Amino acid sequence: MILDLDKFIAKERPFWDELSELLRVRSEDPERHAPLEEAQRFYYLYQRTSADLVKLNTFAGEVETTRFLERIVARAYSHLHESGGESVPFRPLEWITKTFPCTFRRHWLAFTLSCLAFWVGAGFGAGALALNYDLKGDFIPPQFSHLNEKPSKRVEREEKQDFDAFQGRHTFSSQLMVNNTKVTILAMVLGFLWGIFTFVMLFYNGTLIGVVMFDYITDGQGTFLTAWLLPHGSFELPAIFIGGQAGLVIARTMFGWGTNLKLRQRFSRIRGDLLTLIGGAALLLVWAGIVESFLSQYHAPQFYPWKIAFGAIQLIALVLYLSFAGRKRTPEA
Amino acid sequence: MLGRTTSLEVRTPEGVTFQVPIASPFSRCLALAIDFAVVVALTLLLSQVINLLKFSVSEIPIIGDIISDFGSGAIVLLQFLIFTLYGMITEWLWSGQTLGKRIFRLRVIDERGLSLGLKQIVIRNLFRFLDILPSTFYLLGSICCLFTKRCQRMGDIAAGTLVVREVDVKPPQFSEAISVEENSFATAPHLEARLRQKTPPEEARIALDAVTRRSELDPDCRLRLFARLADHFRDIAEFPEEITIGLSDEQYVRNVVDTLFRRAAA
Repeated sequence: MILDLDKFIAKERPFWDELSELLRVRSEDPERHAPLEEAQRFYYLYQRTSADLVKLNTFAGEVETTRFLERIVARAYSHLHESGGESVPFRPLEWITKTFPCTFRRHWLAFTLSCLAFWVGAGFGAGALALNYDLKGDFIPPQFSHLNEKPSKRVEREEKQDFDAFQGRHTFSSQLMVNNTKVTILAMVLGFLWGIFTFVMLFYNGTLIGVVMFDYITDGQGTFLTAWLLPHGSFELPAIFIGGQAGLVIARTMFGWGTNLKLRQRFSRIRGDLLTLIGGAALLLVWAGIVESFLSQYHAPQFYPWKIAFGAIQLIALVLYLSFAGRKRTPEA
Repeated sequence: MLGRTTSLEVRTPEGVTFQVPIASPFSRCLALAIDFAVVVALTLLLSQVINLLKFSVSEIPIIGDIISDFGSGAIVLLQFLIFTLYGMITEWLWSGQTLGKRIFRLRVIDERGLSLGLKQIVIRNLFRFLDILPSTFYLLGSICCLFTKRCQRMGDIAAGTLVVREVDVKPPQFSEAISVEENSFATAPHLEARLRQKTPPEEARIALDAVTRRSELDPDCRLRLFARLADHFRDIAEFPEEITIGLSDEQYVRNVVDTLFRRAAA
């Protein structure tokens, strides 16, 4: 059978035009909820146009009309078959109390490895400095050049300063916040290169912390260091570790151990977890940034115990939250 | 570049197969350049607004200091936020398009032909931090684009997306394409019937394609193609000489197509 194309087009064209019009309305207002009748009509038109496309391919194969129908069917198809799970409404409270900690615990091994890479780096930095203190300048990057100053001198200078909130500290804090967020995101996305560079990045950042810790502690400034770093570091470092954790989840997906799924399918399975982890890390970083701006940078000695207590409480709360929040209670026997 | 496919073939659950043209790396680069310019312009604009605000309150003793310090911090944060969120927000609002992609008629879609989800948008934009490396030269992303079959950067692979070309296809004007003023075959309806009966759909499709796309062919190719097609259809149903006298090969094939497709139901 060969189609009478003129007749076929004349008969079907109104349906194609109607579908094109509905598509135009939908693309102009993607958030619009179509009434049931319209949705049913849309589906009917999609099916009818799809059938026309098949008919045309089978019995006529006229290129222009086929292309035209392909475009309409492609657009209608993408509107009808939304990506799975997107329609589930986002519930912030449930996300914080359940989704994030549960996702974190599901990938605990990746988090452990992430922490390990960082603290091995810290050990390496401290060890290198213990062997040769002159290496300090080589470890510290230009943007943290203020760390080259002898710790006791810096502490003396900082402690003498008045409590002045407006000395460019917020700019500096913003720079740190941006830097930490970049490090966290990079730790995640570098997992795509089979995790090698996630480890490198965590190790490198750990080295910096190790150098700074060794420098301050050997100079007798341990209390200052704790009061300076703990209030924001108790959230900031876990956020970076979580970025690394997400990176290692990606790395495992790249290797595809224990599954015969294709890369595309493997990625579609972890996408939700990745966003949850990076979302959680982002929240921690925002809070860490606020604390760093308003608390960490003020170095009055009388505040040290309070700052340390604040940081310690934050850290304990975070550990408890990530360990226990969202766990299902087992019914008593 | 290497074994590159130029279109995404999608097979729907309804059994329909359609193709979506994939954007070339060059058009993606141009769109990226526009987006980069927009990001820079937005950053400069907002920085200037904040600087203006700082300047206007700088004389006020305490508030001036507060605004000045917070303003400088805000500029640093804004630069980062605009770079990170520009792609996410525009792709979410414009269903897979940024300003650059809108101008060059490109769109990000799910690699199964579906519309984009929020997760995919966020992931592909976060992976930009990897694709732009080293520094901001987009080297990793470009290499990945060149060496993947569907021109996907790493963000696209992780998010399961690809960038396609939006093609404006005009509604078909079939009648004009093959219109024959007077089909001399009509005087031999029994031969027309034989032609319709003996011509398989695939061969009819080839003749129709040749007629509708004849203006795209080189003159030599056009002559040769229609000569071969006319010979073929003459073998299927031989019309008497008084009907075909003076008909060129091309006209002969147009008459065949007219008989097969337009006059089938007559």
